[in-house]
Amino acid sequence: MSIAPFNPTLSLLHQPETTHTAEPAAPETGPVRAAALRLKGVEKSFGSNRVLRGIDLEIPAGQFIAIVGKSGCGKSTLLRLLVGLETASGGDIAFEDEQGRKIAPEARIVFQEPRLLPWFNVIDNVGVGLGEGVSREEARRRAEHVLWEMHLRNKALDWPASLSGGQRQRVALARALVSRPGFLALDEPLGALDALTRISMQQLVARVWRELGFTAVLVTHDVAEAVHLADRVIVLDEGRITLDLDVPHPHPRKHGDPELALLEGRLLSAILGTS
Amino acid sequence: MTTVEFEAGRSPARSTPRLLRLPRPDRARLLPFAVPLALVLLWQAGSSLGLISDRVMPSPAAVAQAFWSEASDGSLGHNILVSGARALAGLAIGGSIGFLLGIANGVSKLSEQLTDTTLQMIRTIPHLAMIPLVILWFGIGEEAKLFLTSLGVLFPIYLNTYHGVRNVDRGLIEMGRIYGMSNGSLFTKVIFPGALPSIFVGLRYALGIMWLTLIVSESIAASSGIGYMANNAREFMMTDVVVLALVIYAVLGKLADVIARALERWTLSWNVAYQR
Ligand SMILES: Nc1ncnc2c1ncn2[C@@H]1O[C@H](COP(=O)(O)OP(=O)(O)OP(=O)(O)O)[C@@H](O)[C@H]1O
Ligand SMILES: [Mg+2]
Repeated sequence: MSIAPFNPTLSLLHQPETTHTAEPAAPETGPVRAAALRLKGVEKSFGSNRVLRGIDLEIPAGQFIAIVGKSGCGKSTLLRLLVGLETASGGDIAFEDEQGRKIAPEARIVFQEPRLLPWFNVIDNVGVGLGEGVSREEARRRAEHVLWEMHLRNKALDWPASLSGGQRQRVALARALVSRPGFLALDEPLGALDALTRISMQQLVARVWRELGFTAVLVTHDVAEAVHLADRVIVLDEGRITLDLDVPHPHPRKHGDPELALLEGRLLSAILGTS
Repeated sequence: MTTVEFEAGRSPARSTPRLLRLPRPDRARLLPFAVPLALVLLWQAGSSLGLISDRVMPSPAAVAQAFWSEASDGSLGHNILVSGARALAGLAIGGSIGFLLGIANGVSKLSEQLTDTTLQMIRTIPHLAMIPLVILWFGIGEEAKLFLTSLGVLFPIYLNTYHGVRNVDRGLIEMGRIYGMSNGSLFTKVIFPGALPSIFVGLRYALGIMWLTLIVSESIAASSGIGYMANNAREFMMTDVVVLALVIYAVLGKLADVIARALERWTLSWNVAYQR
């Protein structure tokens, strides 16, 4: 079996845990081809409601960007445009590879609700992420591998209804990542979780992003979460970008870092309009 | 665990009736039969003491006797088979039409606009009110009974299938689309399983209507079947056979419901509401 380039890094994912058996054979998939995004003058209206009013944004391949802003400012709408669930009323959205060629990457999205099929067990839910045209055996093999990465291998045959909220969201993340997408959108994926689960899920998201290297766009209402995870945070207000802030601190980041707290303060006053 | 509990409290256990001392799962299974059993015993006692006239209501023993005499000459088995076949055929035809219409109208706006209003209008006519017309159309042969039974089961299945499809979580359908499901697998993996609990509600409701329609149409026009057996017995004042027919309807109805429930429990095992 040839070892795909990303496999050596994958072994880092395995934090030794006594309950964990050996890593299942890694599937022979290509490396993640992270996608860069270029948005020019993107507009979106619902009837007379102008939700997005000219968004210009360039996201380099492999960047982790967070979008924050008041409720109803158009964050979800922007994400849905990016993954093709809505079409823009104006402007242009393009995905490019590292050489600047236009591509149509596999774009995935994780919502606040896990949206698992209740009548499929965990491993078959993850298999849905591979789309059609993959044999059931192959799908199970690859799903098993991602579940192992998410420390969920022993839940593979359980019904979603028997999982905790955090576990369900991990399954949803596994489903989104099983096809090794180049782009992942996250719409408040941790919004419904309790504080402790949130922290461990943040660590998980940071870890898989570092190790798989896809481009990530995270919408969150939690400024601390944005600063903790992202390379860059943008503030959206009434359909426009009002602040674009780099977070150059190295990963992994500590919760309660004073420098990050400073950034949090700046973001909060930008969102609330008190700067 | 429960048995240990019962053994621990030994002195009260001695005074509790036998049935209540059984391990809990068995008790739960047997308890529902306690009331019917008591009623039958009361009924028998009433008949034996002469409180209930034989003409009004034969005793359970007489009904059992009737069962035996009808069963031993094979006519009972034959009648049950005939009625059962009619019921199943009606369910198959009416159920399939209702199911297909429900699915079509649930997924297709065009189909819904075309047929839903018509179906809702026909639905408001009590289907048994069509008996005179049906007899004019088909005479009193099998077609009439098949038509009425099919018509009766069509609407509950249609309505509940339609309702089930329309109420499938939009988020799940959107998820299916994101992951590139074709229309076919969107249906088999998302829409149909999502609608299934509601379809089962329709099925169980339809089973009730199925027996009802069959009883009525067999009493009006038939030369075999349980309804015919009862009606025939009425002409000869054989109350015991009439009551026997009622008992058999009750048993068949219960049987159909038990089968539907088992099917439901088996196919919906993912649903916490159906887990034991
Ligand atoms: N499908 C739709 N049809 C009509 N209006 C819509 C639709 N989707 C969103 N909107 C409108 O677009 C605006 C922005 O909605 P959006 O969901 O993007 O906000 P949001 O920033 O994600 O808010 P929240 O933080 O509460 O999730 C709202 O005014 C909403 O009413
Ligand atoms: Mg939103």
